[in-house]
Amino acid sequence: MKYRIFALCLLLTAGICRAELNVFATVPEWGALVSAIGGDKLRVYTATTAFQDPHRIDAKPSLLAQARRAHLVVAAGGELEVGWLPLVLRDSGNAAVQPGRPGYFEAAAQVSRLGVPAVIDRAHGDVHAAGNPHVHLDPRNVLKVGEALARRLGELDPANAGVYQAGFKDFAGRWQAAMARWEQAAAPLRGVPVLVHHQSFVYLASWLGLREVGTLEPKPGVEPSSGHLSALLAAQQLRPARLVLRAAYQSDGPSRWIADKAGIPAIMLPYTVGGSERASDLFGLFDDSVQRLVQGLR
Amino acid sequence: MSRLTLAAAALLAASGAAPAANDADLAAIRAQIDEMKKSYEQRIASLEKKLALAESQANPRAEPAVPAPQAAATSSAGAFNPEVSLILQGQYKSMKNVAERGITGFFPATGHSHEEGGISESSRRGLSLNHTELVLAANIDPYWRGQAILGLLDGEVEIEEAWFQSLGLGNGMGLKAGRFFSGIGYLNEQHPHAWDFNDAPLMYQALFGSHSNYAQDGMQLKWLAPTPLFLEFGAEFGRGASFPGSDRNKNRPNGGALFAHVGGDVGIAHDWRAGLSWLRTSAQAREAHFEDVGGLEAQGAFTGSSNTLLADFVWKWAPDGNPKYRNFKFQTEYFQRREQGKLRCMDEDGVGNACAATVDSDYRTRQSGWYAQAVYQFTPNWRAGLRYEQLDSGRRDFGINAANLVVDSYRPQRASLMVDYRWSEFSRLRLQVAQDKSMAGLADHQLSLQYVMSLGAHGAHKF
Repeated sequence: MKYRIFALCLLLTAGICRAELNVFATVPEWGALVSAIGGDKLRVYTATTAFQDPHRIDAKPSLLAQARRAHLVVAAGGELEVGWLPLVLRDSGNAAVQPGRPGYFEAAAQVSRLGVPAVIDRAHGDVHAAGNPHVHLDPRNVLKVGEALARRLGELDPANAGVYQAGFKDFAGRWQAAMARWEQAAAPLRGVPVLVHHQSFVYLASWLGLREVGTLEPKPGVEPSSGHLSALLAAQQLRPARLVLRAAYQSDGPSRWIADKAGIPAIMLPYTVGGSERASDLFGLFDDSVQRLVQGLR
Repeated sequence: MSRLTLAAAALLAASGAAPAANDADLAAIRAQIDEMKKSYEQRIASLEKKLALAESQANPRAEPAVPAPQAAATSSAGAFNPEVSLILQGQYKSMKNVAERGITGFFPATGHSHEEGGISESSRRGLSLNHTELVLAANIDPYWRGQAILGLLDGEVEIEEAWFQSLGLGNGMGLKAGRFFSGIGYLNEQHPHAWDFNDAPLMYQALFGSHSNYAQDGMQLKWLAPTPLFLEFGAEFGRGASFPGSDRNKNRPNGGALFAHVGGDVGIAHDWRAGLSWLRTSAQAREAHFEDVGGLEAQGAFTGSSNTLLADFVWKWAPDGNPKYRNFKFQTEYFQRREQGKLRCMDEDGVGNACAATVDSDYRTRQSGWYAQAVYQFTPNWRAGLRYEQLDSGRRDFGINAANLVVDSYRPQRASLMVDYRWSEFSRLRLQVAQDKSMAGLADHQLSLQYVMSLGAHGAHKF
């Protein structure tokens, strides 16, 4: 039987062979998670890297071509990709991955979101009506998303449902052990006041007990201005922050400027898988992030 | 759920590694589990304390996490309203006073032009409002999506686009029907607010008239190939009423188009797309103003077929593929149009021109043109761009009417330079200077300052 499927796969072009699911992940963190769960049963394409701002991607031809062949689209959701993904999905001619179908999965929909705005008005910048979409930096959310993802993979590919469940269980076991390790290592971070470039670290802060006392962007999605940075610097007198955080894809100028003036360390966090050398997978991402933060305190 | 499942999962993970485990490993695992237990007990205790505190205060805001599913569940009839977006566009323009602008050597593509106080849109100087566009879009049901784009003008609402699109055909197929901007060329599907310059290239004005977009009332079928390389094919047919066609009273469709696109990545930093398109329309008495050999105005009406070939190429670059801070875009398009049929020369106003007695002749033309432009965004807010364009009036055979009408042979040219600033992705201010030699004997130096603002749910733009 296995042989016959294999022969069939050889006959069909590799792209539409059913023995493997093609997964289109919009961002590296969920690409890494789905790979960890599905292993060699999946062919995972990740649409962006850690050095790309996932809000600001063009609906590129290569993305359309990949979405066309996907059996499952794993999106961050929460309007993070609103500037390109809806167009890519509609123009892909792929009915299976349209929102509302089993082939469309949103990570942010699986967890409780923080920062749901009370007022939705562009005067407040690029606000996300569904709350802050950067949910993956709380490792407890990664588990919730992983559980739902394993279930979804099982629905799409029932023959391998057991494999996905086992893949998730294995991942979850290692993840929980690692979480205990990170939480212990990050204990000194509890209550530490920090400045952030963009509100990318809300979930990380809520998990580790960091206290965000300001953002370098005057409004979400609006580049830091010198006036706003000076105001932040002045506020240092009253509410001194001890670290300035930015993601790998954000420019380092503003955080370096304020770090120099205030005499506090500017910390680049990988933000997602691939954002630093050590962040080659989800475990590395958190190992590296926690280490960079703790080192920054010294 | 917490402690039991956690312990179970930890055990499972431990048991997975068990076969090779020795005593030291086991001790380490035990220590780890103890550690986990301790940390979770601490956390549970602190959570219980928090809960007790929250209960005693009876303050529902004590928990900062707003469970989003609940927030999203607030139902109201308004939740099904379409996405609404409004584009505000206006400009200041300084240029020479020319009553009737056109492109020398090309069939005047009057199409329809919006006049205000007797001044056509393309000749309007000083401060003015461009099109105000209202966009309404929504999924109709799981199978279809609809969109309408209305151009609002004084005393007039114009339906620029109004179509529905398939969501559920699958196999790479996409169907669109209604009035839509044809998929030919690169710029044709883009509305003015998405342009990088404040006007369309001369080529588009020569091809499709003052509106610069070819709209089709009909149907479009697209197919995307299941290959890693982007490969898309499309076919359209429709009423074909807009220039270079004309509205005809018949049952059969009057216009059709075919196009193919290919595109992909080169590394993470480069993206490209190339396309080839063909548009065929036919015209019945497509009328325009001509000049007779004596300098008097004459009316010409073309009846025949028009075939347009378009080639386009776009290349984008951004460091690390992250266009937010810096990016570069190069685009170029080329066209060739052949028209073949009859030209009727008339004197409708009785000015006594060479066609006082209506003259019918053969009409055959082959014309071409191109533009190339480069736009560089050098900070998150600033961009600068350069565009050069040239048309060639090519071969124009008016038959015996060549003795009655002026047949210009000319190469219109224009060079434009623009700088724009944006506060956010929803607001932009653009300064543009141009040297326009699109009319023979006139070198027009133009300056314009334009704003483009978009309100509301503004959807994504195409590549």
